[in-house]
Amino acid sequence: MSSSPEGPAGVRHVSLRRGVYADSVRLMQVSRDLGGRPGISAVLVAMATPLNLELAAGMGLAPDVGARPDELLIALRAAGDAELAAALAALDAALSAREGAGEARAVPARTIGAALSDLDAGSALAVISVPGPYAVAEVADAIAAGSSVLVFSDGVPVEHEVALKRAAHEAGVLVMGPDCGTAIVSGIALGFANVVRPGAVGLVAASGTGAQQVSCLLDAAGVGVSHVLGVGGRDLSAAVGGLATLDALAALDTDEGTERVLLVSKPPAPEVAAAVDAAAAQLSVPVRSAVLSVDSPDLTAAVEALLSDLGVDVPDWPCRPGTADASAPGAVLKGLYSGGTLADEAMLIATPVLGDIRSNTPLRPELDLGTDLAATGHVVVDFGDDALTVGRAHPMIDPTLRLDAIAGLAAGGEPAVLLLDVVLGYGADPDPAATVAPALQSAGLPVVVALIGTEADPQCWSRQADALAEAGAAVFASNSAATRYALSLIGDAE
Amino acid sequence: MRKPLGGLLSAPPAIVAAGVEVFSAAARAQGADVTDVEWRPPGFGNPDDLTQLALDPRRAAANRTAVERVLAAGSVLVDVRPAREVLDLPDRMLLHSGPPLTWATASGPMRGALMGACIFEGWASDPAGAERVLAAGEIALDPCHHHRTVGPMAGVTSPSMWTWCLEDPVHGGRAFCNLNEGLGKVLRMGAFNEEVQTRLAWMRDVLGPVLQRAVRSRTEPMDVKAILAQMLQMGDEGHNRNRAGSLMALRELSPSIVEVDAPAKDVAAVLRFIGGNEHFYLNLGMPTAKLAMDAAREVPGSTMVTALARNGTDFGVRTAGTGDRWFTAPADTPVGLFLGDYGPEDANPDIGDSAIMETYGVGGFSMAAAPAIVRFVGGTVPDALATTERMYQLTLAENPAMQIPVLGFRGAPTGIDVVKVARTGWLPQINTGMAGRVAGTGQVGAGLVQPPQACFEQALAALAGESRAAE
Repeated sequence: MSSSPEGPAGVRHVSLRRGVYADSVRLMQVSRDLGGRPGISAVLVAMATPLNLELAAGMGLAPDVGARPDELLIALRAAGDAELAAALAALDAALSAREGAGEARAVPARTIGAALSDLDAGSALAVISVPGPYAVAEVADAIAAGSSVLVFSDGVPVEHEVALKRAAHEAGVLVMGPDCGTAIVSGIALGFANVVRPGAVGLVAASGTGAQQVSCLLDAAGVGVSHVLGVGGRDLSAAVGGLATLDALAALDTDEGTERVLLVSKPPAPEVAAAVDAAAAQLSVPVRSAVLSVDSPDLTAAVEALLSDLGVDVPDWPCRPGTADASAPGAVLKGLYSGGTLADEAMLIATPVLGDIRSNTPLRPELDLGTDLAATGHVVVDFGDDALTVGRAHPMIDPTLRLDAIAGLAAGGEPAVLLLDVVLGYGADPDPAATVAPALQSAGLPVVVALIGTEADPQCWSRQADALAEAGAAVFASNSAATRYALSLIGDAE
Repeated sequence: MRKPLGGLLSAPPAIVAAGVEVFSAAARAQGADVTDVEWRPPGFGNPDDLTQLALDPRRAAANRTAVERVLAAGSVLVDVRPAREVLDLPDRMLLHSGPPLTWATASGPMRGALMGACIFEGWASDPAGAERVLAAGEIALDPCHHHRTVGPMAGVTSPSMWTWCLEDPVHGGRAFCNLNEGLGKVLRMGAFNEEVQTRLAWMRDVLGPVLQRAVRSRTEPMDVKAILAQMLQMGDEGHNRNRAGSLMALRELSPSIVEVDAPAKDVAAVLRFIGGNEHFYLNLGMPTAKLAMDAAREVPGSTMVTALARNGTDFGVRTAGTGDRWFTAPADTPVGLFLGDYGPEDANPDIGDSAIMETYGVGGFSMAAAPAIVRFVGGTVPDALATTERMYQLTLAENPAMQIPVLGFRGAPTGIDVVKVARTGWLPQINTGMAGRVAGTGQVGAGLVQPPQACFEQALAALAGESRAAE
């Protein structure tokens, strides 16, 4: 070893240690750490290989005596003896330090594909609610992995929906959606769905709230569902052609737990409806339609027909009488809906009685309200329509827009009967009556509520019904019953 | 009867959820087995391009084809020959690493290596003369990758240098790489002094001929891929750490070397040279990876990366779906540890074809196999494991031949997918040596680096364009 004074305030240290070996990477790290200490101007801690001796010589820190490659060379230049001693102590500590071996930090999956690679993808279900422009890649991952997918995201162009559903068909999996808000798969409720009893009726639904209405009524009649397979609101459009509906029907046909199928949809493209009917007729499982149209405007009637197929008595659908037994003369219908299919059903039932109803989701294009939701006359507004949910949560979660509309109607002075839906279940407002009831009470107008839910829902149908009835509303478990009751209030006034 | 939808309707499904948390919370509350994806918007890339590629019906099959070729490729050592005999090198051409390059844009170490090679070939008698012929454009420059060749660091390969000749017995491909010179002042790091010239001359006159006769005398060609597989189980990752592999190659070759009819002092010098060079195997591992990646060089519709390569100025990326086109951007400078009193300011930007190892799934991708390497950036063993875990999310397959013991012998993450790089926003991890930025310096350290994102942005856009054109 040599430690020699150097210059006015410097110490040069060069030593060799035998029987010490450390990996070159470790030693480079030690050298760097020592070099960062105050008062240390040059450091080389390395095995004394020819290359390292050359480096040491270049730094003016070559050992005086011959060194062997299995010796550890310690060469450094310090400002003074104290700094040198501290550096050598730090070196000893570093060389004897132990690292914890440690566990790999879990690296969470960034994509559906990565997450599915760790699972038995076949029996897994991917649930995708990322922003629309990015949803396609995640859905394609799931299809490629052999998983079915529920796509809650909206804003997916229809041509991409078609491409994904074709790929899913090829892969033997199902794409539910996009814009599919409701599903129950093997007992697991996803999105906006109700706590319904298990049973043997399978639903294929191009309509979320339609599926909720139907499954809740079946539950009230003591009949359970095997699965609710949502297919997305556009599936029965001409562009998509029922791709997922056909696959879902075929899947339920071979499902051991499904004995009957009910197909639920808002008004479809007629040629697609015909094709689906034709396909359904080929299946061994009986398929009944709850597809809304001018000729079959009533989901409750479809449920009742199914119950009769099953030999189950149609119960008295739950309801609570309201305080209003008539409305002011000349009253108009104001439908304020969060569920698009329920709004369609109300318009289909009410139009033959009232004549044309204007809407933001009209039955005919010329009845479009545009942006004037406060228009006079018979009006039904779907607050769940995409145009009204931009930048805000769905009205089943965020009631603000609808509460504002109720207050506006009350202030406007137009004689009216209010007809609205309140949807319970997973995903929905935990206590919708808490905000809706006070608004209805202060509105001072006759109110009819279609309350969609079950006793087992987190919000509990009876509890919500009682609170709404307390505020003066007439409450019905059936939307068609609610609509007819609202029409009767208007009719009584005329 | 087969269960419909893969059994989805038979039992409560495991849920994998990306997006809004309330849905997974509700499913979890019902007792479902829920895995949340830590989703975020893509790190880069036009959403329309990502959608285009996600929906390209060719992509899944093309990527499967590409990566299966990579996994199936073998690598055996069939010969050792001078570059001029095998590389189709016209007179006065030098090969270099990375994407195409000109003298004007070449970095310090690349210039140093090119100058050293001119002197070695006798095209110039001194550095000034070498600089003159190179600046005058009298020496043609071409990427190694354009000649089925790879070269570490500067990768400069001249006609008189001996090359390993490897063959893929499965696909029939061939690949070449020069012989590794060792560490310190070496041509590939940009040094060109007398010491470098002396070593290159000895390699030309003694090492090359001895190795050729030794390799030709074997009854069975050396299985180079098998050595790489064993290295991963012995603490090497095959890029920055090649100790076990170099010793195994020495063990395989020594009996044949000893039997070569050459002076004992030459045989001893050859054995001493190989035994003293921890990176001797790197120049066998790189063409092994090159053979595998070349097997997937042209697969229309595939978004798999077939080359990551740097020339000291630019980083270049190639993909199976775009063939021989390079996507380039200025190379970053590695972060790591330095030799002696060299520091970050001495390091040249990223250089070398050796990132072919990462392209193949070893090197930085198999960091978990060589925890010592992670110390280059002050990391820990868990960091090494996490790095490899991340790389699995960038790749198409796990290589059953290249197993990582600490991960339960899981196969190395292999076949980088440009789309996955974009969607995760994670760039490939590369382990690398660092050359001094001044010509003639040599090695200054070693560390870790990533490709510039811009290369992948260009590749993604080009692949999406190719996909649209194929519709």
